[in-house]
Amino acid sequence: MKFTMSWLKDHLETTATLEEVLYALTDLGLEVEEVTDPAASLGAFTIARVIEAVQHPDADRLRLCRVEAWPNGPDAPSEEVQVVCGAPNARTGLVGVFAPVGTHVPGTGVDLKPGVIRGQASNGMLCSERELELSDDHDGIIDLPADAPLGVRYIDYAGLNDPVIDIAITPNRPDALGVRGIARDLAARGLGKLKPLAIDPVAGTFPCPIGVEIAPALKEKGCPIFAGRVVRGVKNGPSPDWLQKRLRAIGLRPISALVDITNFFTFDLNRPLHVFDAAKVKGALRIHPAAGGEEFLALDDKTYTLGAGQMAISDDQGVESLAGIMGGAASGCSDGTVDVFIESAYWDPITIAATGRALKINSDARYRFERGVDPAFTLDGLELATRMVMDLCGGVPSEVVVDGAIPDTARSYAFDAGRVASLVGMDIPEADQRATLEALGFTLNGDQASPPSWRPDVLGSADLVEEIARVASLTKLQAQPLPRPQAGVPRAILTPLQLRERAARRALAGLGYNECVTYSFIDADSAALFGGGADATKLQNPISSEMTHLRPDLLPGLLQAAARNQARGVMDLALFEVGAAFNGGEPGEQHVHATAILVGANAGRDPFGSRRAVDLYDAKADAEAVLAAIGAPAKMQITRNLPDWFHPGRAGVMSLGPKLPLALFGEVHPRIIRHYGLKGAVMALTVLVENPPQPKARKTARGALSGNRLQAVERDFAFVLDAGVEAAQVVNAAMGADKALIADVQVFDEFTGDKAAAQLGEGRKSLAIAVRLQPGDKTLTDEEIDAVGAKIVAKVEKATGGSLRG
Amino acid sequence: MDGISELRAKYLEQIGTAADAGALEAVRLAALGKKGEIALKMRELGQMSPEERQAAGPVLNSLKSEIDAALKARKVALDDAALDARLKTEWLDVTLPGRPRPMGTIHPISQVMDELTAIFADMGFAVAEGPQVESDWYNFDALNIAPEHPARQEHDTFFMHRDAGDDRPPHVLRTHTSPVQIRAMQAQGAPIRVIAPGRVYRMDMDQTHTPMFHQVEGLAIDRDINMAQLKWVLEEFCRAFFELDEVELRFRASHFPFTEPSAEVDIRCSWDNGQLKLGEGKDWLEILGSGMVHPNVLRAGGIDPDQWQGFAFGMGIDRIAMLKYGIPDLRAFFESDLRWLRHYGFAALDQPSLPAGLSR
Repeated sequence: MKFTMSWLKDHLETTATLEEVLYALTDLGLEVEEVTDPAASLGAFTIARVIEAVQHPDADRLRLCRVEAWPNGPDAPSEEVQVVCGAPNARTGLVGVFAPVGTHVPGTGVDLKPGVIRGQASNGMLCSERELELSDDHDGIIDLPADAPLGVRYIDYAGLNDPVIDIAITPNRPDALGVRGIARDLAARGLGKLKPLAIDPVAGTFPCPIGVEIAPALKEKGCPIFAGRVVRGVKNGPSPDWLQKRLRAIGLRPISALVDITNFFTFDLNRPLHVFDAAKVKGALRIHPAAGGEEFLALDDKTYTLGAGQMAISDDQGVESLAGIMGGAASGCSDGTVDVFIESAYWDPITIAATGRALKINSDARYRFERGVDPAFTLDGLELATRMVMDLCGGVPSEVVVDGAIPDTARSYAFDAGRVASLVGMDIPEADQRATLEALGFTLNGDQASPPSWRPDVLGSADLVEEIARVASLTKLQAQPLPRPQAGVPRAILTPLQLRERAARRALAGLGYNECVTYSFIDADSAALFGGGADATKLQNPISSEMTHLRPDLLPGLLQAAARNQARGVMDLALFEVGAAFNGGEPGEQHVHATAILVGANAGRDPFGSRRAVDLYDAKADAEAVLAAIGAPAKMQITRNLPDWFHPGRAGVMSLGPKLPLALFGEVHPRIIRHYGLKGAVMALTVLVENPPQPKARKTARGALSGNRLQAVERDFAFVLDAGVEAAQVVNAAMGADKALIADVQVFDEFTGDKAAAQLGEGRKSLAIAVRLQPGDKTLTDEEIDAVGAKIVAKVEKATGGSLRG
Repeated sequence: MDGISELRAKYLEQIGTAADAGALEAVRLAALGKKGEIALKMRELGQMSPEERQAAGPVLNSLKSEIDAALKARKVALDDAALDARLKTEWLDVTLPGRPRPMGTIHPISQVMDELTAIFADMGFAVAEGPQVESDWYNFDALNIAPEHPARQEHDTFFMHRDAGDDRPPHVLRTHTSPVQIRAMQAQGAPIRVIAPGRVYRMDMDQTHTPMFHQVEGLAIDRDINMAQLKWVLEEFCRAFFELDEVELRFRASHFPFTEPSAEVDIRCSWDNGQLKLGEGKDWLEILGSGMVHPNVLRAGGIDPDQWQGFAFGMGIDRIAMLKYGIPDLRAFFESDLRWLRHYGFAALDQPSLPAGLSR
């Protein structure tokens, strides 16, 4: 919302400075976004006189001007300055606008310096309107009447010293979409007095020739009141200078007096109006819901097709206006308009908003009607507009024609002066509170406050508190400590799942992974590759084709990140993310994953040969470390019940029983690698953070440490096995040989591949395990150890079909 | 007894000149071995008269001890010399690099969320969470944003697909963390103090906007919580978070549908040569929105507004992370450029806490 300081002063009697007004506006909640102060940009330009202009000795198109200027104001002595000027109208005796050396010229962006032009000194500039950014006129320098006051600032003489203020209006404050509403807020704050607004109805001299009728379907809500009148015999044309200047200052293009008048009231009093050329209206105006399909050429020269239920104003020829949003080209006013019909109506905000949205029309009228104009001002606005039309264009008014009635907005809320202290924490005397409300237009009746008709946003007692606190200034609010809910040391507050997310994150970072935050939405192909992409997870209005579906998994985002880093030449990567993966489009269909990838080598090249390609056992170890960090049970099953984005032979699932997977690890499927254009294999792990069961009860005490004094005995065994036998089968069989005695079984060697086949037979391999025996109450004899060894061999051979390696 | 002093002199001399462990052992055997000279002398004691024995015994014993000690001392000296000789051959290039240890990092968003948690936990706030796909009721209606409310259009909302025939309003990707307020109130009732950090989504992508970003919501409801206390909480938060002794906040009246009164909060700052400094200067930087929870919002959360009141606030996590850590570009947060992750990331062990300080 833009307005000028002088426009504000039409409504506000004030001595406040620009600075004071700006501070108060922002503090009141009418946030100042921009101020254009001509005094700051054009204050240095003064009126000066050309004593004599002669031809430049060395340039055909330049003149040497002796300029009389008043650098210290009109009351101080003048000085003579030489200026070289190229304007065709520079001549002896010209009174123009002078900028001394040091001035910033906004139209050229140049700071004036003392200069020499073709050998002649030039100390300043005689300016054109374009150089002052007042117009595009650059045919010559400004040529003022001979009696213009010499030495005076040009902006003061030309009436340009009027700062333009642009404020952001929150959606709850339609009243501040008119200058008067802004003035009212400032007056309530104490920055001046709101000037009275005289409504002096104009008596009609003949019945209105155009009838109006609101369709019954709209009377209740859509259009409670529609009023208008004809002014006959007007002379339309350019509006007066003061009006054009105002409209231009706020960025509007003056069109004609009749149209400018409607724009003026839109911004002055938040009262949008419409003017029809009465000669072009055939029959009565009907306000009705569109049947749907009607075509309508609006004032913006675009044709709109109306949807059913949108409100239209039609005459015998069809739709003439899109109610409350934009008038029609066919019945619009032009310079030839002689009889004008002025419309003032109240439209339902919701219907206007829906229509404006559907037709994608943004107009000042829509903007205001959808936020809410003052319904009680409908007829007053018409009277004021009638008067201005007659003042500026002449003509004879008809009587007012009205259908419907002003909707009743009367309501009241309990006013409790103690509420400001209890809700806001500010002590404001009750008398001041009442004065504030009254200044804003509220009516107070005992402990009831009735909001004015222009404040549709006030809907309860809390709003009264807001108004009082806002006007008193929240800047003055003094902080008060908020006591802790319980005295003493604060309790732990994180939930078990929150703790797990943290632990997973910090564990992965500790293992050397770099945390990423990637987008929750991915492209359709990626979603489909990772088991997602269903319509339920699709966005209706994605911002790009790369972001159309909720991610079913965190891997695609990380793989894309890896590809971007590879493109920059970074080939060794360890990346992770902890976040939500989505298994549907309903609220809550999301699960926390901790996913990490390893790409390239485990380390840089070094003298120790540390560098090697990452493999699935890296991913497995890290998955185990994360599971341990989040408190998952140590004993898990490993299955190959894998989703198809993993390599079918080089990945596994750690799970508790067949139904509760805790983590997936292994090599990413080569087809996926190819899809993302990645170089080299990628190892991945995903820990399903929510899945490990929570311990039933938390206790801090640990079980007693059972340290056995007797020395453990370790024995190694090597087995020749079918190459497809898994180590876990061997380990589990060995563990089962003597549950009391065998404390641990570790695989310490695997001999596989071609050499193993050559030595052990095709399709064979060898696996070596170390078994640790922990005696309980007495040292083991050699015979006892041999007996356990024999049992281990037998168990493993039975379970695997292998044999002890000789 | 004769010859004792000669014996001593002979063996001490031999010990002193023994060149290695073998020579020394030979001396030991010659002197103290079973058939050694001193051992044989000791054996002679048996044939002596008690008087002679009394005189000779201590002399011999003392000689034995002296020789024994000399042997041991020489042994240590020889060992030391051998070690010194070996050490001279043992030399490694200590300027070679150590064995590689990977260094992981925590993303600034996660780090700042942990910082927020540490600060607000101390003031009694728990951490609440909610779904990122929300019904329009939780995202809008419950927060006093009616379907026709202009604010609803200003949210640049992402809508989820709806199958034909499913007449429910489409779900949305939550446009703010405020719906978590409603869920937390419904789940816990009053009194309540929670913060809700998390991802939010708006259809906006340019120099300074990304379609996904992060917010933290704060909510405190009790019998008599007021706006002055809101200001105190935010001041304390800013002081702790930005790690400054002095911060100054300015409350500026504003409008949010879910709070009343509402205030935008600015922090005092200075801009010098494009460098932002908080806590001093003449400028104000808007950092968050806040207010007293609207009675309609309390009702939507199942809380009686005649019995309870409180405040809510919301701010951008990415934004305060950028302010605190001098990170220039929001878009880079989500690009996973390893150079960026390493430069702006945090060590795994840098877990923010109040006693240790939030950052190093």
